[in-house]
Amino acid sequence: MSVVVELAEAARAYGEGEGAVHALKGVSLSVAAGELVAVMGPSGSGKSTLLNLAGGLDRPTSGRVTVEGADLGALAPKALAALRRRRVGYVFQEVNLIPSLSLLENVALPRELDGVRAGRAREEARAALAEVGAGHVAERLPEEVSGGQRQRAAIARALVGERRLVLADEPTGALDTHTGDQILGLLRARCDAGAAVLLVTHEPRYAAWADRVVFLRDGAVDTAAAAVSAR
Amino acid sequence: MSIRHGLLALLSAGPRHGYQLRAEFVASTGASWPLNIGQVYTTLSRLERDGLVVQGEEDAQGRVSYAITDDGRAELERWFRTPLVPADRPRDELVIKLAMAMTTPGVDVAAVVQAQRAATMAVMQDLTRAKRAEGITTAHRLVLDSMIFRTEAEQRWLDHCEAVLAATPQEGRA
Repeated sequence: MSVVVELAEAARAYGEGEGAVHALKGVSLSVAAGELVAVMGPSGSGKSTLLNLAGGLDRPTSGRVTVEGADLGALAPKALAALRRRRVGYVFQEVNLIPSLSLLENVALPRELDGVRAGRAREEARAALAEVGAGHVAERLPEEVSGGQRQRAAIARALVGERRLVLADEPTGALDTHTGDQILGLLRARCDAGAAVLLVTHEPRYAAWADRVVFLRDGAVDTAAAAVSAR
Repeated sequence: MSIRHGLLALLSAGPRHGYQLRAEFVASTGASWPLNIGQVYTTLSRLERDGLVVQGEEDAQGRVSYAITDDGRAELERWFRTPLVPADRPRDELVIKLAMAMTTPGVDVAAVVQAQRAATMAVMQDLTRAKRAEGITTAHRLVLDSMIFRTEAEQRWLDHCEAVLAATPQEGRA
């Protein structure tokens, strides 16, 4: 299957010399289309750094990050921003929907920024919301729907258009376990439909939805654990 | 858990014979709880001895059906009403293994924790996959959820062990 995102010996250090903090120490990891990979690890193990590198929100100090064949390090800032917007969807614990826009407008917004005309962007957004089971609340404001529905809308926004890579950072944070399961079921379904999902979570029950679980500790992948959980 | 009460619950919906009971038991709890026909008949004969069920007529195929008695219904009601106390500790071996690893010279405790955590995660992945199967009944899904929550508790405890071990200098080792 085609690799959507690949980290090759990606490292990220903050500061230099003696006092440098090595948040990520040469991690190699790839996620193919149709694959859900979960990253687990204690606080400070480098989970969020890894996700930020994978989505081009941060650059590695050494090593390489490739998204659908494009080497992020070789892209000019403007091209990187465009790739981030067009190819990568983000789902965070804090949902980050714009409060004054309806769910539909929120989901349509990234497409309009992509240059898609408003009518078509709305159609796509409506379809994306329907797919995640939030079609019936499309016209409501974020504050008028439940936390689970907000998170569904955030996933629709992450997937609208041609995005094949979804980066999810604790997407089940404030949700009860049943709603959390539904969110994971949704991400899983998107994977089965061909998306690549990289999920950061500290909750084992949600990591268990993944095809592979990667354990990070002190900025490196625990290889002994990786061998067992890849099945 | 008692197969006893499971069978009483099924019989409370009407008389059934052994094979029917086994099929319905497995359908509601999922393959997660294998039950063989021998266990069903042994349990039925004990229930009969205790006056909780009675045998009915044999059908054309020679199968005997069983029916719940009033005492059986009272026992079933008592079972649903009474909360369970955790009497057995199925994770004891792991707890003991960890405690022993802490005090046995030359054992890499973090490696023991990590190996267990990966194996436990693999079990959770299997359970979650089973939960995603099409046409799964709600009862079966809840049984799997129960196992997932238990496995998760073990996983959380292992996370906790790792964090404590990382922050604490090792003691009791010469």
